[in-house]
Amino acid sequence: MSVKINVTGEVVTAYLGGELDHHTAKEMREAIDNAVELNMPTLLILDFKDVNFMDSSGIGLVMGRYRNLVKTGAELHITQAPPQIYKMLKLAGIERLAKLEGR
Amino acid sequence: MTVKNKFTMTLDAKSANESFARACISAFAAQLDPTLEEISDIKTAVSEAVTNCIVHAYGETFGKIYISAELTDTNIIKIKIRDKGCGIENIEKAMEPLYTTVGGERAGLGFAVMQSFMDNVKVSSRVGKGTTITMSKKISRRFNING
Ligand SMILES: Nc1ncnc2c1ncn2[C@@H]1O[C@H](COP(=O)(O)OP(=O)(O)OP(=O)(O)O)[C@@H](O)[C@H]1O
Ligand SMILES: [Mg+2]
Repeated sequence: MSVKINVTGEVVTAYLGGELDHHTAKEMREAIDNAVELNMPTLLILDFKDVNFMDSSGIGLVMGRYRNLVKTGAELHITQAPPQIYKMLKLAGIERLAKLEGR
Repeated sequence: MTVKNKFTMTLDAKSANESFARACISAFAAQLDPTLEEISDIKTAVSEAVTNCIVHAYGETFGKIYISAELTDTNIIKIKIRDKGCGIENIEKAMEPLYTTVGGERAGLGFAVMQSFMDNVKVSSRVGKGTTITMSKKISRRFNING
């Protein structure tokens, strides 16, 4: 599990890596939330390029971040989701909450 | 249909074992020569069932997870994941997409994922006794014509 944060102007990008399950979600969530609290972005990008496994704990993570962002009117984008993760996000209907891009 | 291989294991219900459990089953399923997508589907479904044992069945208490898997001569993998936790009062309701008894960071999609990624998912449960998830998936035959 890894999270790398990049801040450019009003955009926070979180580059996620490794396996996203119930065991790793908490640490990932905290890293993302810290960066959002600190930088107050208008757009949060979650980059899934290096995520090689995700279960519904990842869906919960995305939905939870979305709920926090709407409070401040900020937007959420998901980029570079590998096929299997794209399939999970589709199943959850995430494209109704966030712009969703596959890899 | 006959069972040609089977394994059984018992695990502590600890979140560190989530990745271990799905890695074991996917290594076992490899004997059926699945595609990357099939392997990933199985891993995800197993992760859902195992995580439910840890998060819901036992919660703050300590317990064990009982896992078994069978491979059949018809290229089907059948997986059983059982806990001796709190049980589910209303299975039909629990299986509805987006239904969760743990608000906040859970989506309520675990059962929906299992049903969508496996061919068959069966849940049996008794309150105070525990829950058993049985699921199966047929693996496409690609190269191994003689099985
Ligand atoms: N093994 C179990 N023991 C007791 N209750 C369970 C078990 N598995 C599931 N449940 C109940 O069924 C509900 C739905 O489970 P499901 O996996 O679909 O969603 P979730 O675990 O709440 O959220 P998610 O899986 O998306 O993180 C749970 O909230 C819980 O109340
Ligand atoms: Mg679940």
